[in-house]
Amino acid sequence: MNFIIVSIIKAAVVAAALLTTLAYLQWIERKVIAHIQLRLGPSRVGPHGLLQPLADVIKLVTKEDLIPAGASQFLYVLAPFLAVATALVSVSVIPFGDRFQMFGFSTPMQLTDLNIGVLFIVAVSSLGVYGIALGGWASNNKYSLLGALRSSAQMISYELPVSLALAAPLLMLNTLSLREIVEKQAGFHLGFIPNWSILQPPFPQLLSFLIFLTAGFAETNRIPFDLPEAENELVAGYHTEYSSMKFAAFFMAEYANMITVAAVTTTIFLGGWQPLFPERFGSGYVPTLLLAFSGAVALYHGLHPARKPDRITLPIVAVVSFGLAALFLLPWVQTNFLPVFWFVAKTGFLFFLFVWVRGTLPRFRYDQLMAFAWKGLFPVAMVNLLVTGLLVALWG
Amino acid sequence: MNTIFFLVFGIIAVVCGISVVVQRHPISSAISLIGVMGSLAVLYLQLGAEFMAAAQVIVYAGAIMVLFIFVIMLLNAGSEQAGKTSGLARVVGVSLLVALFGLLSYLVQRLFAGAGTVHFGAFRGGTVRDVGRTLFTTYLLPFEVTSILILIAILGAIVLARKEID
Repeated sequence: MNFIIVSIIKAAVVAAALLTTLAYLQWIERKVIAHIQLRLGPSRVGPHGLLQPLADVIKLVTKEDLIPAGASQFLYVLAPFLAVATALVSVSVIPFGDRFQMFGFSTPMQLTDLNIGVLFIVAVSSLGVYGIALGGWASNNKYSLLGALRSSAQMISYELPVSLALAAPLLMLNTLSLREIVEKQAGFHLGFIPNWSILQPPFPQLLSFLIFLTAGFAETNRIPFDLPEAENELVAGYHTEYSSMKFAAFFMAEYANMITVAAVTTTIFLGGWQPLFPERFGSGYVPTLLLAFSGAVALYHGLHPARKPDRITLPIVAVVSFGLAALFLLPWVQTNFLPVFWFVAKTGFLFFLFVWVRGTLPRFRYDQLMAFAWKGLFPVAMVNLLVTGLLVALWG
Repeated sequence: MNTIFFLVFGIIAVVCGISVVVQRHPISSAISLIGVMGSLAVLYLQLGAEFMAAAQVIVYAGAIMVLFIFVIMLLNAGSEQAGKTSGLARVVGVSLLVALFGLLSYLVQRLFAGAGTVHFGAFRGGTVRDVGRTLFTTYLLPFEVTSILILIAILGAIVLARKEID
């Protein structure tokens, strides 16, 4: 009974955090892209456009929800939910932190630790293509169908490099449970180089990391691999006919998939919740310093406001930042939330990379996309796996 | 708990299996087949064969069925029309089906008389480690022969497809 209650509470906390993050990731993406392109981005709704996600949700909910004539009704309705469900389920096996301890009660910061965790993620994400493929087909629109066809061909092709790039670090870590994977990446070489997969002997997995990340961009249909929704060729691709909450579901699925890719990369290649440098160099004070710094910046700009409302909003941000910084000095918060901080920092950096690439690179041509997967990534991933296997065998 | 899950997913598997045959549209049949594979994966999981369950979803539901649906969408196959049904075919078909079921159950009873009932979770040796070890020690030769067979099939498909283009 205790197990059920704890699981329900954990699931509720994770779901609430995840859905809020999903809504705000879009705001972050729009802001970052805007600043890359020397624009301001959303700035009208709320201070610095912070209420934009809320406005978007209200707009999407109140929009008319129509089903096009000649569409396959059942599949048309099923597809977006399939897409968002498969995208959200993967989060259940990802470890966010070490253990949560309070009043002698202790539970792992993870919904469930499967001993086939990595396989579970691969399996669930391989089902994600159905949402897109069926949605495009059921819309009864040639642009949607072309988008769906492109998407399924692309996902089948890029699943091979993804699996091969995942297999190489798993050979060294020797387990499929995501919690054990993170625990095996603890510690430092020579006292300061973290023992993460990308830096671990006998063969640092830098190459698999790059292959996995590149193929991850393709699996999530992001620029430069967003052929399924190339707007200058296919209107909007597989979700051309969708409106209202069904469109929002596809949108959410895309962002949830990005979080999954970033979190899995963090867990397997970047040591999950393990800190970047040892505690004796003060890694425990990084969140405090970062928050205090951001508070100081906000305070400075609040005292020298560029716009009128900044005079009120930025000092509030500063006070909240200083408060959080002080909170991170408490030993209880440190033991519980330092690992979470490191996990979120790494995942957030990878998400920023997604946005950065979107603001920088143009789209591939379709034949380039396929040639890149089959003639570029796949052979390299294969050789990388063979070399890793050989070195692991020789190392003992 | 195990029995409830077994019943739920067993029923889903059977219903989806019937639906594969009954559906008029190829896409609907394909989706029903995905349902069959998904519920089979859950049944494997209940028996303790974790790797089999994951492989079932990754290979069948995640790769092969995506390819099926891809081809059906590419060919733009429409709904099938129900053909003329003859009364004789129905009578003979149903009776033959009953006879087949009877024969199968008799043979199973006869051949596996000593086999006990299945216990959920009693099976050990379904982890990735166990499967890997068995594949590369006891069954190394069959494993390698199968992979060469698949390689030959891939090469054959490429050769056949090339001839079509030229």
